[in-house]
Amino acid sequence: MVVWTDFERTTIKDIFSKIDYAVVGQAAFSRCLIVYPWTQRYFGGFGNLYNAAAITSNPRVASHGKVIMEALEKAVKDMDNIKATYAELSALHSEKLQVDPDNFMLLGDCLTIVVASQLRKNFTAEVHAAFQKFLAVVVSSLRRQYY
Amino acid sequence: MLSKKEKDLIKEIWERLTPVAAEIGADALLRMFASYPGTKTYFSHVDISPNSSHLLSHGKKIVLAIAEGAQDISQLTVTLAPLQTLHAYQLRVDPRNFKLLSHSMLVSLACYLGDEFTPVAHAAMDKYLSAFAAVLAEKYR
Repeated sequence: MVVWTDFERTTIKDIFSKIDYAVVGQAAFSRCLIVYPWTQRYFGGFGNLYNAAAITSNPRVASHGKVIMEALEKAVKDMDNIKATYAELSALHSEKLQVDPDNFMLLGDCLTIVVASQLRKNFTAEVHAAFQKFLAVVVSSLRRQYY
Repeated sequence: MLSKKEKDLIKEIWERLTPVAAEIGADALLRMFASYPGTKTYFSHVDISPNSSHLLSHGKKIVLAIAEGAQDISQLTVTLAPLQTLHAYQLRVDPRNFKLLSHSMLVSLACYLGDEFTPVAHAAMDKYLSAFAAVLAEKYR
């Protein structure tokens, strides 16, 4: 059972209310594909991912980034049931997409960095720690259905 | 592998950050302690509260070492030789923690540089810090 402090709950909801899903999603997902190029292995059908410029301007990357943020929002809306919220997505990533779960935190790290570069001084160590904890719970839930 | 462009970019960024080494270093350490409480166990003998003099001086030391390495990345093993010995025989910090500090450092850079911390700069910096950490751990065993 994940125990969230009031500060953590407020902080997570606050961050997600401030960010533009399309902008942050595109930035985080494209950053992941650029900084950790092996993650491109799961996106063979996405067209031109040849270099940073191509990835940054790729429309499928942009739209998928938004999809990811909308999926994260589900966890934000029900922070006490993240495991249940992602049961289906976990099975999907494991059985159909066959994504190595070690990759989840790579995307998480890129998202943290994008949010940091937007919030800057407001992304204090405490806010950052709450965000890391949230992502750790999300990642753990996504790993659950792997066997 | 770091391209020449990446090495120049890394060198340029750390040169720019050297004047605020204490601020960046302390920020990275604070983030690491908050996100990964296990890392605090290496500092039980000192005051690591925000703005403490130890936090600032230690943060400065770390950033200056990283900046020095960036001056000539091809010579990292030579530049870091004394630090390698220190970490292997005296400090004995579990090298898994190097990754945690590296990530915290990247977040500090993102906060400080904002949009300037582009995906290309981020990729180069991540590679450099990984190489730095790997060299630092070389004398462990």
